[in-house]
Parts: sequence; structure tokens; C-alpha cells
Amino acid sequence: MRYLPLSDDDRSAMLARIGAGSVDELFRDVPAEARLSGPIEGLPLHASEMAVERQLAAMARKNMVAGEVPFFLGCGAYRHHVPASVDHLIQRGEFLTAYTPYQPEIAQGTLQVLFEFQTQVARLLGCEVANASMYDGSTACWEAIGMARRITRRKRAIISSGLHPHYVAVCRTMAKFTGDTLDLALPELAAATDAERLIASIDKEVSCVVVQYPDILGRIADLAPIAEAAHAHGALLVAVVTEPVALGLIKSPGEMGADIVVGEGQSIGVGLQFGGPYVGLFACREKHVRQMPGRLAGETVDAEGKRGFVLTLSTREQHIRREKATSNICTNSGLCALAFSIHMTLLGEKGLRRLAEINHARAVEVAERLAAIPGVELVNESFFNEFTLKLPIEARPAVHAMVEKRVLGGVSLGRLYPGEAALANGLVIAVTETVSNADVDALEAALREIVR
Amino acid sequence: MSLYFTGEHEWIRVEGDVATIGISDHAQQALGDIVFAEVPEQGRSVNKGDEAAVVESVKAASDVYAPIAGEVIEGNPALADDPALINRDPEGEGWFFKMTLADASELDGLMNESAYREWVKTL
Repeated sequence: MRYLPLSDDDRSAMLARIGAGSVDELFRDVPAEARLSGPIEGLPLHASEMAVERQLAAMARKNMVAGEVPFFLGCGAYRHHVPASVDHLIQRGEFLTAYTPYQPEIAQGTLQVLFEFQTQVARLLGCEVANASMYDGSTACWEAIGMARRITRRKRAIISSGLHPHYVAVCRTMAKFTGDTLDLALPELAAATDAERLIASIDKEVSCVVVQYPDILGRIADLAPIAEAAHAHGALLVAVVTEPVALGLIKSPGEMGADIVVGEGQSIGVGLQFGGPYVGLFACREKHVRQMPGRLAGETVDAEGKRGFVLTLSTREQHIRREKATSNICTNSGLCALAFSIHMTLLGEKGLRRLAEINHARAVEVAERLAAIPGVELVNESFFNEFTLKLPIEARPAVHAMVEKRVLGGVSLGRLYPGEAALANGLVIAVTETVSNADVDALEAALREIVR
Repeated sequence: MSLYFTGEHEWIRVEGDVATIGISDHAQQALGDIVFAEVPEQGRSVNKGDEAAVVESVKAASDVYAPIAGEVIEGNPALADDPALINRDPEGEGWFFKMTLADASELDGLMNESAYREWVKTL
């Protein structure tokens, strides 16, 4: 048999069958400016593996890497220190290669890890039950909206303007296929969140209110009044946490009455990794567990009365329920969940609190210094490790100008909300324990010079 | 009072203009230990053939269909805490829901008790 699987004739026959003129036509969803228009510059069409490797390594060096420069980017992905022991442990053969070992007879280790992970997530988010993880924060957010629809049998969700716009985009994509209506709004560059607007918009048609905590601008709202208003109308409160380290310091959404709490677990144990793979967190009240998506590991006893672990409530899932399953998700982010769980175990409750304190104290210090720059205003009244500045100039070019000075100085709202003039001067800055004094000096100097 | 059965193993007990619906003894035996049942809420209108309730056992999850059109009067509140009631008394205390009977002629196509019991023997 020939190794080359596809001849030109095969390709033409396949294209003719699906009615496409060329392979390129299949990629027309990708904007023209994002497509490669010819051969990669400097890379010959034919070269040895070693030569290609060298060439590509040189190209990769053009990237400005998070760990090499002062780094203040957040907005849903956070650079925290991950102890070397986390990577060492997740690479043990038993964990790294065992993809879906769900038979309890042979998979007690994996099932116990998932059970411990769920326990940590449930405690962190302030809920009774958590699942064995989702793909990432944005898909977990969408699954929460779907779950609220199943519970309330209503199809209108009110989305806070403080929800990450990428999460909003995922929800909009999915809602196209389910018929859910999403009430959307743009955030304002102000200290107050849109809690009042949310409360005023809830009625008997609403399945859920979705609120990010802390929100995209880093603001922290009291969720209790929103939960109360939602419950008064038979709706649910879905809280979204993109920076779970914050919950080492601030009250958990579950404690404030959220019915479903989802989040992005990347910031605990998982690196930035170019945006993925990450790990979605999903927790809820026990009374809603039947409508929850995803795997659940449960504790039980074996025939001899010894403690053991199994998958539980599987009738919600696709291998039994087929198209009526609560979700098509299964193992998803098992390895990232393991990393989360190991890092969390190493930190312990005290360690997590301490880490959160360091993050907040550092962020407060940086906010004060930057807000002292003439023309620069701090938007937030409250924040954890991420806050928004209002610059006297547009933030997007300011970020590029800081890059020229080798400082990754925050995420501009112009990037997140292109074309929205009212937000164009907003700059969101994240400060974690990885930021050194020299980093802060560099950021302050760069920003001071650029806004002058 | 008259008792009817469907090919999906639901039973319908009609008293006046109220129909009580459950699953047959044969169905509960086939499902095994029942661990969960979701019953429809009061006031929900259903058409003949709509999914109205869900039953889960240790080995399967199945839908219970509305055998006739009408409006749900009540779901059996006892099933939430004691789904095994369906195993113990499937054609009595283990009923799923009561509904109004919108069109009595829809009962015509259903099996009577002796026809159903005979048919089940052939399965």
C-alpha cells in the first residue's frame, strides 16, 4: 500500500462530491488577513528536518514570552507560579497515559483524583456538588445557561455586561442552535457594575442571570441581591469565576446564593499555554445535580466495606442517555484537572489564602502607583488582582507602544471590544505573585512616558 | 373505571375525565431498580406522544410518553423521595402523573388489560 493517502484525483472527487471548488474554499470562514497567502518567509520549500527546526526556532524567538518580560496580562488567563512538583507528578505514567479509565476495578487512582478535584472545586466555589471538569471556563458558562434552561424550562438568559466578551461569544454561538435568547449589554468604564440593571431586567421568562465575579474590569459586586431577585422570579443565578485564586480572599458565589457556579481553573496549576488546554470548573446546588452536565466521581464502599470510587449518576450522560444527555462532555480536561488538584493540595487552605493576599496586596500597590501618573485614572472601587485604568489616550496603541519597550502592560479594552469608542481608553492590568519590583518599575516608567 | 395500556408499556387508568398514568409491571421489571423519576409539573399541556416524564434505573434511563393529549393535574409527589415505589407497586402507588382527558377517542387505539398481558408474553 502506498503511504501517500490522497491523490489529486481523490481530492477532486471529494471536492466535487461536497460541491466545493477548491480546498481553500473550505476555509472561507477564516478572514483573509488571517490566512497564509504564500510560502512562509525564509523557509525553503524543501529542507532537512534539522534546518527546518533551526529556522522555526529562530522564528519562535520573535515571540515575546510571558516569563521573559514584565507581564501584566490577565482577562481570563493568569500567569501564576506553578511549582515544579505539579508538572513532575502529572507526568507520572499512571496519570499521563490513562485517558478514560472509568472501570472502578482498575481505575481507583484516577477516580479518586477526580473525586478530590470535585471536593476542592465545590469548597472553593461554595457549592454542594462539583463535576469532574469541563473543557474551559467559556464552555462551562454556556453549559450553565443550558442547565438553567432545563431546570426552569425558560429560554431567556440575562448576561451581565461584566462577562468576558469571549465567553459571551461562545454563548452566542451555542445559543444559535438551541434558540436561547441572550440579553446582552456592553460594560461601562465606571466603578459601578450593572447589578441594578440586571435586577431590574429579571422577570418570569428569565431562566438565569449570568454574572462574572470579579468581572471583566476586575470589579467585585455583591451577588446576594442579584440572587435574591432571581429567586423571587423563579430564575437561577449563574456566577462565573475566571480567576479562582480570588476566592482565597473574597466570599464565594455559592455563599452569596448563586445556584450554579462555573469557572476557569487555569490559574491554579495550569500554565498560560497559548490559551489552552484549560480546565472548566462547574458546581451547583445538590438539588439540581440531575441536570448537571459532565462526569461525576462518587465515593462508595466495595463488597468488603472498603472505601472506593465510582462514576455516579451516569444516566445523565451520553453513553446511557444518548441524544437526551445533559451534555456531550466526558473526560475533557482530566490532566489539567489533576494539575489543579495537585497545586491546590500543595497550597492547602492556608496557602491559597496567603497566595490570594500576596496577589491583592501587590495589585493594590501597582494600582496606586499607576493611578498617580498624571492623566491616568483608576476605574475600580474594588478589585482582587486585576483592575482597569482609564488612560488619557487610546489603550490599544498604548499597549503596542509598551511592547516596543519590552513590557506586556495589560489588555486593552479596544482589543476586547473593537470599535467601541467609550471603552477605547480602558486598560485592564493583572498583577500576580510573579510580578517583581523591577517589573512594576518598568511598567510604571513605560506607561508614564507613553501617556505624557 | 377503565384501564388501558400502550405499546410503550405505560398504563392509563381513566376515572371520569381524569387519567392516571404510570409504567407497567413488565416495564419496571425490565428496568430493574429504579433510582429516580422526574414527573411533569402541574398545568403543563402535553400532546399525545410527548415526553412527559423520565424514569432512571441502575441500568437505563427512559422517557415516559403522554399516551393521550391533555393537561397535567399533578405529578406523584411520593416518587421524589421514594422512586423504588415504582418497583414495589408499579400499577398502583407508583403512578407518575394525573392529567385531564382532552379527547376520549384517543383511548380507542390503546390495548385493554388482557390484550396487553397477552402481548407482553410474546416479547
